[in-house]
Amino acid sequence: MLTAQNTPELMADPMAIRMVGVNKWFGALHVLRDVNLEITRGQKLVICGPSGSGKSTMIRCINGLEAHQEGTIVVEGTELTEDLKKVNEIRRNVGMVFQHFNLFPHLTVLENLTLAPVWVKKLSRRDAEEIAMHYLSKVRIPEQANKYPGQLSGGQQQRVAIARSLCMSPRIMLFDEPTSALDPEMVKEVLDTMISLATDGMTMLCVTHEMGFARQVADLVVFMDHGQVVEVSGPEAFFGSPKHERAKLFLSQILH
Amino acid sequence: METYVQSHPIPVAQPPKHASPLGRWLRHEILASPIQAVGTLLGLSLALTLIWALVDFTIVNAVWTGSNRAACAMVDQQLGACWPFIKDKLGQLMYGFYPADARWRVNLVYAVGLVLLIPLLHPRARYKLHLSIAFFGLFPLFAYVLLYGGPVFRPWLRAGATLVCFLALTCLAVHLKLINEQPFARQVRAFGLVVASIVALVVGLAIAPVFEVADRLNFALLLLCLVALAENRSPRGEDRVWAERGFCLAWAGFVLGLSCGFDIVAQPALQIIPTSQWGGLFVTLVVATTGIVASVPIGIVLALARRSSAPIIRTLAIGFIEIVRGVPLITILFFSTYMLPLFLDQPPDGLVRVLIGVSLFAGAYMAEIIRGGLQAIPKGQYEAAASLGLGYSQTMGLIVLPQAIRLVIPGVVNSFIGLFKDTTLVSVVSIFDLLGGMRAAFTDPAWSGPSILYTGFAFTGMIYFGFCYLMSSYSRLMEEHLRVDHRT
Ligand SMILES: Nc1ncnc2c1ncn2[C@@H]1O[C@H](COP(=O)(O)OP(=O)(O)OP(=O)(O)O)[C@@H](O)[C@H]1O
Ligand SMILES: [Mg+2]
Repeated sequence: MLTAQNTPELMADPMAIRMVGVNKWFGALHVLRDVNLEITRGQKLVICGPSGSGKSTMIRCINGLEAHQEGTIVVEGTELTEDLKKVNEIRRNVGMVFQHFNLFPHLTVLENLTLAPVWVKKLSRRDAEEIAMHYLSKVRIPEQANKYPGQLSGGQQQRVAIARSLCMSPRIMLFDEPTSALDPEMVKEVLDTMISLATDGMTMLCVTHEMGFARQVADLVVFMDHGQVVEVSGPEAFFGSPKHERAKLFLSQILH
Repeated sequence: METYVQSHPIPVAQPPKHASPLGRWLRHEILASPIQAVGTLLGLSLALTLIWALVDFTIVNAVWTGSNRAACAMVDQQLGACWPFIKDKLGQLMYGFYPADARWRVNLVYAVGLVLLIPLLHPRARYKLHLSIAFFGLFPLFAYVLLYGGPVFRPWLRAGATLVCFLALTCLAVHLKLINEQPFARQVRAFGLVVASIVALVVGLAIAPVFEVADRLNFALLLLCLVALAENRSPRGEDRVWAERGFCLAWAGFVLGLSCGFDIVAQPALQIIPTSQWGGLFVTLVVATTGIVASVPIGIVLALARRSSAPIIRTLAIGFIEIVRGVPLITILFFSTYMLPLFLDQPPDGLVRVLIGVSLFAGAYMAEIIRGGLQAIPKGQYEAAASLGLGYSQTMGLIVLPQAIRLVIPGVVNSFIGLFKDTTLVSVVSIFDLLGGMRAAFTDPAWSGPSILYTGFAFTGMIYFGFCYLMSSYSRLMEEHLRVDHRT
């Protein structure tokens, strides 16, 4: 199969994601206004902003969970259009972790992890299980493989969700508030997993309000407000001296 | 406020024991309040009265021996069961007018059905897939051949011929896709198989209606397609592929040998027993099982169609469901039995028409039950599936439907039970099911009197109750076992 991996032109393109002039409306509500973003391979972005500012919508546009109406989104050299084939190709390259984990409750942890590799990538069950166990060890819960998601703690469930995405060997990982549904003690174990993923060089987009994580991991912080990207700067600059009024206000609110 | 600091930990203790557990149970759970006490006593006395009446009727006052109404003349006065009547009519109640010397065929179908069904019903059964194929795929054909009669092997060959065309199509689709793929060697093989399956399809379609020779040819092609499919499976070790190839060869060879062999041994055929002679519990079970088994796939398809984003499909599904649900089953049975033949050149057999009517009716109900389950599946499940790259059919088949159906098991079984009892309505289109057969038996002048009626209805009631109770007990067991979230 022809993929970006073995075509030299595309390898030369260092861009993982390119969003140009993206606009989106929910009915009359203008939720993304002329968003322009370029993310190179291996970059880590933290996206923050007040509630309803369009953070989720933006990252959900990247893997086609929401359709944008104007502008272009190019992911790993594939332009996201309505063509289902393109959408599926992008989804195979992009993993996503949700606020509420969205594990499949009727399947065991191991089955959650092997489902997509077996049915989408057509791996044999044995290979898929090997990969699954590898990633379960990576998120440090290999002993939970045969339990059902309902029997795990929130933090464990979120780590399973991360492992489930990783099993498809994505090149980009999207995180939508992965820790905000967790009890405080469990936030750290999930953040640790994400930090170790970042150290491995994964391209990551995280919507999160964990400022410690942003400081430690982010290459860039994207601040959104009312559907617009208002400020993009390095974490030092952003947390030290935010330029935009809204960003200043926002930081003063969440840091207290 | 004063601060409090614990000075020493409180040790773990046993829960308090009550002097008399029976006394506690009586006091707290039976006679906790005056209303509860009255309710308990009232309920108990009512239940005892009823149970006693039943025991009185079925055992104490009952007549057990005799051969005609004279034996039961006594119980006509004192309200007791006339069991000799049931004994005399038992064959008719179980099999209708199915010839006595052919009843072994029905019994054999029961036996095979049970042997397949019981392990399939076990929640932790192994070989579920094989058993399902046997029960849902092969067993109906087996039952048809045995129950209806006629040539024994011909229907298998016809089914095989249909299957071969279907398989050839699948094979074609799979390999057409593969043709674009790397590396070149796979392309060549895929191309070869595409050509082979096109030939198989054309030949299969062209000669499928001409049986005899064509059947055998079809099976040779079936063999080809099965081998091709086995080859095409994702990499899983040479030994597995060879095992599968060997299995396909052996199976196709067996059927081929069988089909050639029986010409020589003269075609065996069973006496044809027209469905007008079927009756009793036997026909009740045929109608109920068909309706129950068919209603689930029909319901799933209709429910998915009703939630589809394509407006025409959705409207058609809504129209079908509302029309079928909106009319009584009797109307549907009448329509399919007496009006459908007016529209068709070659109307199917009377019982088949009833089976179709019942299945569609039950399917429309099932669709609404399953739709309820589908609506309970959170959007996040669809999104997680989409983000992993699963397509529509995979999302539905692997993620959504398994959860939705588990959620609605009580409703599904409720519908099964309703359907089981609704089958009594087939007697209005002159099919003598258990109840219909019983009413026919009432008209026998050798047996008459009020006790016959009581006995007959009590007997049918017990049979219906037995089956329905089995179904509901099983559903409770499954619910326990399949709780969707597995929280402990
Ligand atoms: N499916 C939808 N239909 C209509 N409006 C929507 C839909 N999803 C989101 N919105 C609206 O779009 C806007 C942006 O929503 P979005 O979920 O992207 O915000 P967010 O920045 O992720 O907020 P939060 O921090 O609360 O998650 C909000 O005003 C929201 O009400
Ligand atoms: Mg959000």
